[in-house]
Amino acid sequence: MALVGPSGAGKTTVLRAIAGLQRPDRGRIALGEEVWFDADAGIDRAPDERSTGFVFQEYALFPHMTVRANVAFGGAQRASELLERFGIAKLADARPGALSGGERQRVALARALARDPAVLLLDEPLSALDANTRRDVRDALRTLLDELELPTVVVTHDFRDAAALADRIGVIVDGRLRQLGTVADLVERPADAFVVGFTGANLLTGTATALPGGGSRIVLDGGVVVHADAVADGRVGVAVSPWEIELLPPGSVDARNTVPGVVGTITPDGERANVRVGTLVAEVPAATVARLGLRPGSEVLAAFSPAQARLVALSPPDAPAS
Amino acid sequence: MRDLRRLAAGRGFTALQALALGLLLAFLALPVLALFTQAPLGDVPHLLGTQQVRQALAVTARTNALANALFLGLGTPAAYLLATRRFRGRALVLTLIELPLVLPPAVAGIALLAAFGAGGLLGDQLARGGIVLPFSQWAVVLAILFVAGPFYVRSAVAGFEAVDPVLTDAARTLGASRARTFARIALPLAASGLGAGWVLAFARGVGEFGATIIFAGSVRGQTQTLTLAIYEILDTSFDVALAIGVLLVLLSGGILLSFKLLSAWRTSTSTSPARFGTSSSIST
Repeated sequence: MALVGPSGAGKTTVLRAIAGLQRPDRGRIALGEEVWFDADAGIDRAPDERSTGFVFQEYALFPHMTVRANVAFGGAQRASELLERFGIAKLADARPGALSGGERQRVALARALARDPAVLLLDEPLSALDANTRRDVRDALRTLLDELELPTVVVTHDFRDAAALADRIGVIVDGRLRQLGTVADLVERPADAFVVGFTGANLLTGTATALPGGGSRIVLDGGVVVHADAVADGRVGVAVSPWEIELLPPGSVDARNTVPGVVGTITPDGERANVRVGTLVAEVPAATVARLGLRPGSEVLAAFSPAQARLVALSPPDAPAS
Repeated sequence: MRDLRRLAAGRGFTALQALALGLLLAFLALPVLALFTQAPLGDVPHLLGTQQVRQALAVTARTNALANALFLGLGTPAAYLLATRRFRGRALVLTLIELPLVLPPAVAGIALLAAFGAGGLLGDQLARGGIVLPFSQWAVVLAILFVAGPFYVRSAVAGFEAVDPVLTDAARTLGASRARTFARIALPLAASGLGAGWVLAFARGVGEFGATIIFAGSVRGQTQTLTLAIYEILDTSFDVALAIGVLLVLLSGGILLSFKLLSAWRTSTSTSPARFGTSSSIST
């Protein structure tokens, strides 16, 4: 599973508590039947007596040891096998300072696995990498995690990394778990505005009125009226995923919700393009941008169906989404 | 015109700085230079062969070896504790450890007498147990320990503090006990800081004079170290005193140089130089 949240939310603290590097005030940490920490029972096992494989954010490789010595520190028997497996055997005699970010990460993973841990803890495994290697390493990491079949907790501030690496995602804000679910759960049924912000969805705020025939009518803060299938009353957030928004020429008549706006930036991304329309971000086929002749400053209509307008509670009155 | 004046003023200031540095250097180097020009260099081995010098050399070597072993053995784990744990009164402990650094050595000697001398705080109890410290060789050891030890401990604390705690955390999660983490991770990574502190403390210990002469006296073959011997011989044979001076300069200079070479070599082969030797008093 993955834990996502803004920096300072307490994600790393959770990992450190599991590993025994930080002592929680209360609660219980157990691996199956094996209790590692229990505040009430006074149990607190030392970090070296908990079978964890911890990969630290900046990898924390021992600078005065070779790659081989780093890996062997966790367990000498498996060192050679792991060096081979991670393709770092040829670097065995190098010092960590001579390695690239991706290589360091592989050494850190090999070292963490050398102890044959029962749990794998990854703290921001991709944040120390540049954008180019990031995607490759993320895919390789996912394959590795699938092969290992170890219970794994990944901490990241990036929802896309979490979605790529984990089956279940927990959203932590201010030390509290806001929502725990699959990627689909979080996107389709976000618990609150914070979760919406993390999934990368747009969040519009407005005041909802429940309709007698089901569904709701929402007057957005800009005065535009939209409809949602869900029923709500009072202040709400309307979450819409960027890829569910269609862009139409101004003045079009459409049965769906339409929000007029002025095009801000257009960021091409391969076959698709991210277009900012007012406060919304729409992810549309690059062809649409060309067909509508969109430029910064063009007027356009953003359309989405009432089913795609997901209503969420605005956590503490009108708190911003991220 | 104004630019020119500003340029001239800038040049003037640089010249002033250079002048200050030059004067300082001349003043610092001149006595050392004089030592070598005034000493009958060819005769130095012969001059150092007298019984008094050989005895002083033996006393210096023995007492410093003991004192160094004590402050390395006690100071290293103590410094690691102070560097890695936060506890109430830690700042006070650190200040107490640093106090001997600012204490005049003569005061240190008097204080040691007050503690361990006859009629002192612990002196009578020790005497009843058959241990009389003042004016014994152990008094020299204690004087060195008191005056020079804190140099090592202070530098060792800084050395251990410079070790990234995430590295020791990593060692723990890899199954290493506290002791193994200390030996394999903290100690090698702090080695430069410890070395810098040790060089300072060693030099200070070999040079100890004030506390020793008050607490241990200057008994030939017993408590007379090389520095005390210089003082005693000064009146009778200036040449012998100079010869001892040359010996001590070579010793201290050699240790300083080898330490600097060693840290330069370590830094160049190490991958994260920033972790080494930060906040030590000797630049590495």
